[in-house]
Amino acid sequence: MSFLKKPKISHPGLPTNDIGLTVRDYEGAMSTLCAGCGHDSISSAIMQAYFELSVEPHRVAKVSGIGCSSKTPTYFLGGAHGFNSVHGRMPSIATGANAANRELNYIGVSGDGDSLSIGLGQFGHAIRRNINMMYLIENNGVYGLTKGQFSASADRGSTAKKGEANPYSPIDPVLLAISLGCTFVGRGFSGDKEHLVPMLKSAIRHNGFALLDIISPCVTFNDHEGSTKSYAHTRANLRETVYADFTEHHEEIVAQVEPGEYKNIMMHDGSRVGFKRVDESYDPTNRISAISYIEEHRAKGEVVTGLLYLEEGSSEMHSVLGSNKQAMATLPYSKLNPGTETLARIQKRWR
Amino acid sequence: MTTTKLNDFVIKLANVNGTGSASANGMLMKSIFRMGIPVTGKNFFPSNIQGLPTWYEIRVSKDGYLCRSGKVDFMVAMNAETYNADLAEVDPGGYLMYDSTWPRKDMLERSDVTVLGIPLSAMCNEAFESARAKVLMKNVAYVGALVALLDIDMAVIENLLKETFAAKPHLADANMQAIKMGFDYATEHFECPLPLKLSPLDSTSGHVIVDGNTTAGLGAVYAGATVTSWYPITPSTSLIDAFSLFCQQLRKDPETDENNYCVIQAEDELSAIGMVLGANWNGARAFTATSGPGLSLMSEFLGLAYYAEIPAVLYDVQRVSPSTGMPTRTQQCDIVSAAYASHGDTKHVLLFPSDPTDCFHMSQIAFDLAERLQTPVIVLTDLDIGMNDWMIPEIEWDNTYQPDRGKVYDAQQLKDMDAFYRYLDVDGDAIPWRTLPGVDPKGAYFVRGSGHNKFGGYTEKSDEYKDVVDRLRRKFDTAATLVPAPILNIDESKPREKSYALLSIGSCDGAIREARDRMQQDGHGNLDYMRVQAFPFHKDVADFIEQYDQVFVIEQNRDAQLRQLLTVELEIDPSCLIPLLSYDGMPVSSNFIVEGVSKLMKKGHAA
Repeated sequence: MSFLKKPKISHPGLPTNDIGLTVRDYEGAMSTLCAGCGHDSISSAIMQAYFELSVEPHRVAKVSGIGCSSKTPTYFLGGAHGFNSVHGRMPSIATGANAANRELNYIGVSGDGDSLSIGLGQFGHAIRRNINMMYLIENNGVYGLTKGQFSASADRGSTAKKGEANPYSPIDPVLLAISLGCTFVGRGFSGDKEHLVPMLKSAIRHNGFALLDIISPCVTFNDHEGSTKSYAHTRANLRETVYADFTEHHEEIVAQVEPGEYKNIMMHDGSRVGFKRVDESYDPTNRISAISYIEEHRAKGEVVTGLLYLEEGSSEMHSVLGSNKQAMATLPYSKLNPGTETLARIQKRWR
Repeated sequence: MTTTKLNDFVIKLANVNGTGSASANGMLMKSIFRMGIPVTGKNFFPSNIQGLPTWYEIRVSKDGYLCRSGKVDFMVAMNAETYNADLAEVDPGGYLMYDSTWPRKDMLERSDVTVLGIPLSAMCNEAFESARAKVLMKNVAYVGALVALLDIDMAVIENLLKETFAAKPHLADANMQAIKMGFDYATEHFECPLPLKLSPLDSTSGHVIVDGNTTAGLGAVYAGATVTSWYPITPSTSLIDAFSLFCQQLRKDPETDENNYCVIQAEDELSAIGMVLGANWNGARAFTATSGPGLSLMSEFLGLAYYAEIPAVLYDVQRVSPSTGMPTRTQQCDIVSAAYASHGDTKHVLLFPSDPTDCFHMSQIAFDLAERLQTPVIVLTDLDIGMNDWMIPEIEWDNTYQPDRGKVYDAQQLKDMDAFYRYLDVDGDAIPWRTLPGVDPKGAYFVRGSGHNKFGGYTEKSDEYKDVVDRLRRKFDTAATLVPAPILNIDESKPREKSYALLSIGSCDGAIREARDRMQQDGHGNLDYMRVQAFPFHKDVADFIEQYDQVFVIEQNRDAQLRQLLTVELEIDPSCLIPLLSYDGMPVSSNFIVEGVSKLMKKGHAA
């Protein structure tokens, strides 16, 4: 909880969730980002997602690196512990935290600078280990806090505020993640909260590493004409491919679309992600076709969004390691101390 | 020329690495140990897998000295490439054994050294079928010759072979055949035993032979560590290997058969320390092990842990610096970089184990201090302690030990309080209270490496910032009262040297102990000696130094890093601290210290 608290005003009519909390209970401190920053819309979608899932805020652990995006965990879920680590190293903090306590719900917030430049190594290895967490890249193509340098996700030819064009090819976190074997990959847009919330909910409930790359325009340094990460450019070139609905395991599926257009995938806890395929040719469970589809549209300058790839039933880190279901952090010492006789037995081998 | 040396000499074995000599040499050392004679083994190996020179040095010491003496009495020269240097190293009156399948009369000529040629290759080529056995058995055959030459108990060797090859009896037989071949040749051609020989004693009961990485890994198990993450680096890798192996044996949950531990091989050292911080933040006892280059990479995160007050334990098994240095040689060269690892005003708690016993017990101390003080604790061990074979008394375990988890509010305490603020000095000892994620919403706070005030909130206000960093400085004063006190060695039985004393750390200890005894026996003075066990310095350290005109600070690095730290941190007049430095990559020998200290004392008396 940040020391700076915004006044909490409860409207008596606010709806409550299954554990009796209102969406206000999922708020954090006042944002200090620029007015209109895409990141704030994402924070608001995050609050909504956790609220709708009725997750107790203190059972969530928030981790981040360095940058504008990494500041945002202060602005949501004030009742959750947060860890603003060092630049590009959030995945290792998340991995260690998860190793110590697998019972909590982990959200990592990062940016394109934090994850795709200095933190590219850790990002890739967290995917490889399939850490059970939701990992957000709030992607704006620039370094905001240091005033507008290109990041590694900036498209070739996209221009900076003062006009110079980026000469390097971009790293697409979605393609990278799918190729590294990431088990849940989606792309959203901060300007489309309606779709962001179900994607976030699905990501939170995914058993494994869930990456959401969220285009989140920087209103101060990268929202001009010539930028390919501006609001205008993103809206014009967005290609919504699969629309994800999230259904809790106890809810009825209400068929809203014609059969054939809809595909349900059961999550590990019994809840379901329903994919409404806007583009009928798209199969979000096929890695190879997903990659080629995204590549084809990228070549046309289009940004493919939606829950693009999902592999349920994969083994997250703890099931690979064979860890106790109980958190390491709460194991009593009596279970960890091998005792005097064991030590004597071991030392016999050293004679 | 030859003098009789009973249970008191050094055997050095010069081999080519990757030829299987390590197990033969280990068997030789173990057999002496099992004859009840104190012994240690030190391995001087290359950073290489096959084909380069490697040496194993066995010190036999009826008086129980465990360091290098600095002399070699018997050289087993199995590497033609190093014949010249190996012959030159033998002390006058000593012996050299070599494989005379290829006679080297001219190369191996020294009037004061007895050269013993045994056609090991020829014998093994004839006796064994496979190419691998021909190479391996050469090593076993020279052990057989030594059994005759040094009068090793054959029954002990036989038992060792039986134990080693319990699952493969045919290998025990083949090894025994090679032992007998060497034995018979030596008996037939030389007068056995030599004046240099062994005779059973009863001085090793209650002792074990082990290396410090093994005991550190086991010590971490007993400390209750559940999470480790590391990146492979010599000479620390075997510490994690030991922890993993002991966990596999000892940490399966009896009820569920699941693992009560997590071992994660990281992609680099930056990630390794990050995982350790994440796990400690979340309430597990977590650690990493590395060496100098890894410590450099971990520095950024260590600064965060210092400032955000996150416990962590890091074993730095030091090796020769700078840069990549000599990865398989020993030094105590990370003292300053560990003490101040990271940019800005950062300081860390250091522990200096002196042997494998310390590595075990300091593991519990390290975790207790890390959680009590909420800060990283770096255990500065070294390659000599970590990877060599030490004889130590059996480790004792106090089964009433309970980990000190430090100041952590539980759910009930949080419920009972109005509000929790992370960095308040509630108790006046400069150590704040912390909370763990997932326990209670009231305990929630935001860890940050950026400026924060005592409430845990972000700040850029000067007074709020200073308030926290000043408390952190005071926390270090508290640390100085909690770390292990230095160990004082004073011998009152003879008149004490009043003007001079010795001060050192870690693995210098054995050599200093022997050097003090020898200097006393030779009438060169009875010097008080203090071994520092931790940084920040316990108040006894300054109290000791004040008593003498000059204190000789003995350490294994070029730049007198311990002396630097004493000078800076205790504001001691540098002219009172005289450095004595060994930094050639070999474990410091007692000879070096006797000679060095004698010279310094002469110089001091002359002045």
